[in-house]
Order: sequence, then structure tokens, then C-alpha cells
Amino acid sequence: MDVLTKVPVREQEAQVRAKNFEEVCLGYNMEEAVAESQRCINCKNAQCVKGCPVAIDIPGFISKVKTGDIAGAYQVISESSALPAVCGRVCPQETQCEGKCLRGIKGDPVSIGKLERFVADWARENGIKPQCNTAKNGKKVAVIGSGPAGLTCAGDLARMGYDVTIFEALHEAGGVLVYGIPEFRLPKKAVVAKEIENVKALGVKIETNVIIGKSVTIDELMEEEGFEAVFIGSGAGLPKFMGIPGENNNGVFSANEYLTRSNLMKAFDENSTTPIMRGKKVAVVGGGNVAMDAARTALRLGAEVHIVYRRSEEELPARVEEVHHAKEEGIIFDLLTNPIEILADEKGWVNGMKCIRMQLGEPDDSGRRRPVEIEGSEFVMELDTVIMALGTSPNPLISSTTAGLEVNKHRCIVAEESDGKTSKAGVFAGGDAVTGAATVILAMGAGKAAAKGIDEYLSK
Amino acid sequence: MYKIVKKQELTTNIYLMEVEAKRVAKSCLPGQFVIVRMDENGERIPLTICDYNREQGTITIVFQTIGAGTKMMAKLEEGDSFHDFVGPLGCPSEFCKEDIETLKKKRILFVAGGVGAAPVYPQVKWLHEQGIAADVIVGSKTQSLLILEKEMEAVAGNLYVTTDDGSYGRSGMVTKAIEDLVGEGKQYDVCVAIGPMIMMKFVCLTTKKLEIPTVVSLNPIMVDGTGMCGACRVTVGGKIRFACVDGPEFDGHQVNFDEAMRRQTIYKTAEGRALLQLEEGDTHHGNCGVCH
Repeated sequence: MDVLTKVPVREQEAQVRAKNFEEVCLGYNMEEAVAESQRCINCKNAQCVKGCPVAIDIPGFISKVKTGDIAGAYQVISESSALPAVCGRVCPQETQCEGKCLRGIKGDPVSIGKLERFVADWARENGIKPQCNTAKNGKKVAVIGSGPAGLTCAGDLARMGYDVTIFEALHEAGGVLVYGIPEFRLPKKAVVAKEIENVKALGVKIETNVIIGKSVTIDELMEEEGFEAVFIGSGAGLPKFMGIPGENNNGVFSANEYLTRSNLMKAFDENSTTPIMRGKKVAVVGGGNVAMDAARTALRLGAEVHIVYRRSEEELPARVEEVHHAKEEGIIFDLLTNPIEILADEKGWVNGMKCIRMQLGEPDDSGRRRPVEIEGSEFVMELDTVIMALGTSPNPLISSTTAGLEVNKHRCIVAEESDGKTSKAGVFAGGDAVTGAATVILAMGAGKAAAKGIDEYLSK
Repeated sequence: MYKIVKKQELTTNIYLMEVEAKRVAKSCLPGQFVIVRMDENGERIPLTICDYNREQGTITIVFQTIGAGTKMMAKLEEGDSFHDFVGPLGCPSEFCKEDIETLKKKRILFVAGGVGAAPVYPQVKWLHEQGIAADVIVGSKTQSLLILEKEMEAVAGNLYVTTDDGSYGRSGMVTKAIEDLVGEGKQYDVCVAIGPMIMMKFVCLTTKKLEIPTVVSLNPIMVDGTGMCGACRVTVGGKIRFACVDGPEFDGHQVNFDEAMRRQTIYKTAEGRALLQLEEGDTHHGNCGVCH
């Protein structure tokens, strides 16, 4: 076998998977995983670990895989990550661990993500749970939000002996893992629910249907319910719209709404009581991972789907793998195109979108070349559904009800990167609530840093 | 699980339930709402809070059976439980934050249409507890559909009941009652109107003419109710606002009702539209271009 080439991973055929919600990537089997693990050269000064926001001992777990000790590999990963089956699926490894892998200089980097996924899946299928033998210290910590930041922070604190309760606003735990990322990328029952059970097995309690800032405030949690510290991992928040005419016409949705209906409420399933618009021709506006998720969901619900993005392919913020999968499945990319108006019939239902062609000009603040309109290039796309995937702005529920909690000019909570400390004593924060919309693994990294920060704060 | 401790059919297709939900009962205020799910596969259904009992930790909800979800919900009995019951959502009514002495000087008129009597009740009751007597107009299609009359009478300054068909109380729509009262010499500094969108729209047209500032409570389509999905967006004063976190109460004279009514029909099935027509009369004949 060519040592410069990674062991390919099996996937569902593009034409087949475009019509179902089953997982796209099928993962490695034991033989493939062991073969791939042999490619790791076990660097002394492992760069991959430095590329991992939760600093998993990557050469450590891979050397266990080499010997077929998958249970051992799982325990190594579990020391750093509460959600390996999730991370193995949705992390942007190409810019993190795998991006730093020395193997990548001459050939393919080691498929660290796929190996992590294999280990986590194998452990789950074989009933292996993360171990936690720490004695409880009796100190109560509240975690707000059960997404990746909250679950990680809670899991780490529980391992240190804290009595942790997670408060979740929705009826189901998981945050973006259940409402945002589709089933075909991250199975809910088989993977997410099981990882959450593992976090609970560490002693973490989860109270659903509690909206912090409404049902109870942070001050009440600390003053009346005995929590000595609080971690805010409440996520991104309110969907953004473009502010163009026609955005409130029937048939225009935020990606958050569209995905929540399909993922959390299972609207893709004919038996679900929650409705979803099954458009014939759908435009998804935006070029990030959420746009890809919305587009691929709409495709599976039977639509012809166009991604409409104002810059060029090079600037697409989505992971290369997601763009690649979307193209394979038949999503049409209308790049350098920007909507300027959403058109509707006389009853207010969307029947078209007026767009203008763009070209790239000088670089802007983000370093990417600024898209500029090409005068006179307006045209109309006929369609019945528009999904806006333009990112989010912070939710004011917590910041507006917590005195002394500083927010920045974007209304994101201000927190130290190193330990999650906010301007309010005993209150820590991390994840999208602090950074604005980012990735699962960055949120996990922030949750981890905050757990350490909380431990230091409460150990004083 | 959230236990139903009391169930009552107020009139045909309108049910009252008192539900154990300690955290909600402890923190809710008039004007806020809850979202319920009856079982683990249920839809998330937003409902206004009709009453709350902080000591017993219960919330009273009133709902009309409109779609499949509320019809199923109506089959729950005392002792059964809701799978999920989350709240309080939305902002409390503006007057909850006002200085009581200033508020006492205000002449307040509430206008409730149909099931809108349920969310109006806790507001009038709250004011009553602060020693403020507000006038209340309750409108109903006909006498048999009138709800919460006795309860409202106990907390309102003056209660004016009006029925569309004149079968009870005054005769005519609530807009007529408003004009009549003002014609009789009544003066109001503020009006709070809650009911079907179409009723709120026409109340606002009337109060605009009469120059009475008016607050309405909107009930658009929602999923999460916490500001995440944006389904509940409405245009108020030309700007996009989210009813779940910015509302549900807005300046009625600034609300784009036609758009809001159109958006309410997004997921309506033929059956749902038929029911809407049944409840709101030929405002939903399907030819005006407002709905679908």
C-alpha cells in the first residue's frame, strides 16, 4: 500500500444518498482503521495535538489503534473530549489536526478524524463508556446550554468532581448538534443521543425546558439555587436577514428555521406533526456550512437546489468536504451572484428572486476580495423557496437579564479566551455566545478552557 | 413531565387547563406565553398564559382546537401530563415595568376578541391587584362562545360584552363597541387589543382614527420561541422584529397586519383554512389576496 495515500473512506453513492437522510459517510471498519493508523509516524513533538482545540493525545490514541486496542484508544480520547463520535464527523480536521500532520507535506495527512470516529463508534457499539472515578466535591455548577460548549464544560467539570446541572431551553439536549446539523451528517439517535448519555453517565444532570433569563435568571441560580459558578454556552442566536425587499414573503425562511423543523422536529419524516415547506426549486443564500446543510436538506426533500453566493468558490466559508459532497449530490452553485429582491405572486407567495452578478474587487477587511456589483447584470431566478443562511446575531435573553455581564459592540458576551472568565464574578462563557457563529470544536475548546477556569476559581 | 391538575371545556372547542410548571409560575408576568408539547413526537405549540398561581406552581392555559395538534391536546385529561412546557417566553406587558402611580392616572381600555379574552385576563387582573380598574370590552361571535365573563367581571372596572349577532350584551363587533363608548363620552389614554389578527387590525384602524395609542399581542408561527428560528418575524414600523423575543406585544399602529396574516397561512392545510374561515367568518373567503 502506498504510504503517502490515505485509506479511502466508504460513502453512500451520491445519487442514492441525495434521496435519503441516512448518513453520507460510512466510516472505517477495523481493518481499514488499523491500516490507516499505521501511517501515523508518532511524532515526538506532535503538531496535530497543537492543531486540536481540545488537545486530544492524537498519537497516543492512534498507537492504541495500531495494536487493535480500540477500548484503550477510546479512553485516551475521552480524557480530552466528551464528544468524539461528533467531532470525528463534523470537525474541520483539514485546517486543524490533519492540517498540521507531517504526513501531509508529501502526501495525504493521516485521516485523524475518520480514526477518531471509528474509535468512538466502536466504543459505543461495544458498550464502552468513559471512565470517571473522581470523588464528588459537592460544589454545584450550572451550565447554560447543552450544545458542544456546554456538554464539554459539564463533562470536564463532572470529571473533576463537581455537581453539574445543564439547563437547556429546548425540549431536547444537544443544541446545534440536534437542531442544526442534519441527520445525514450526524445521526441524532444513534450518535448524538448516545454521546449525551455518556456525559450524563459522568453524573451531569440535564434540565430541559428552562430558559435562562426567562424561567430563571443567573442571579437566581447563584443566590437561590446554590450554584457557585455558571458557564454560559447558550449559542449563536437570532438569524440574520439581508434587508432586501420581499424577505417576509411566504416561502422565505431562515436556515435556522428550516433546519430546526427538519432536524429537531423531524419534519423530513412524513409522520412528523411539524410541517416543512417542500419547495420545487429552492435557493439557499450564503456559502457556509449551514448553507450547505440547508441546501442538502432541501435536495433530499425533493427540490432542485441552488446555492447563491456573492463571492467565488475560493471564498466559500464552508468546509471543502461539504462543498464537494453538495456538488456530488447535484446542488447547483450560482457563485458571484447576489439577491437584490424576492418576488412574489399576488397572494404573497415567493415566485422568483431578482439577483445581480458580481465580480471580485480589492480585498476588504477580512482579506477576501470584495464582491462588487456588475452594473446592468440583473436577472430573475424563478423559484418557490428561499432559505437565508447568512449567520446569526447574539441572543439578548441572557445578557439583558444579567446585571454586570459585559457585552461587546456586536452584543456578544465578553469572556477571556484562556479561561472563559466574564466581567461578572463566578460567571464564565464560551462558544458562539462569545465568538459569534463558529464551529462545534471551537465551542468545545472554549467549554474546556472554561471548565479549567471554573475549577481554578472554585479551588481558591 | 407537567401534570394537568384541572381541565374544563369553557365552550365548544375552547379548553382551559391548569398545569404544574413551577419555574414558569414563579417567574411569569402578564403578556408572556409558553410553548407546550403533548408527547415526545408532538409539535411545539405556543399558547398565551391565562393565569398563574405562584404558591401552587401552576399555569392556566386556554386554547382553541384549530389544527391536529390542539385537537389531540384537547383529549388530555386531569392527571395526564404534558411532555414539555416551557416559559415564560416573550416580554411582559409594558405596564408591568411602569411606575404604578403614573399608571394609576391612565385610563386603560382592553379589547378582547374570542379566545383573546384569555391573555387579556391576567393583564386586567394584575392591574386590579395594583388597585387599577381598567375597562374591558369582550367580543364574541355569539353568546355561547363567550368565555371567562365572570372572571373578567371580578377584576375589570367596567366590563362591556358585545356579540356579533347581538345574542348577548351589546350588539356588533368590538370596533363598534369602542366607537360607541367613546361616543358616550369615555376617554382612554391607551388601548390593549388581543384577539384574532383580523380583529386587531380593525381595532387599530379604529383607535388610530380615535387617536388612542394601541398595543397588540401577536401570535405568529413559531418553532423554538427563544429567538433562534426567525419564523415569527413581523414588520413593525418598517423594521423586522421577532415576536418571541421583541414581542409578543407591539405598537399596533405600526404593525403590518396584512403581511402578518399572510405569514400565518404558510403551513395552513386546506382543513386549517376552513377552520379559520369558520372562526373568523368571511374575512377568510380566499379572494382578497391576503391569505393563500
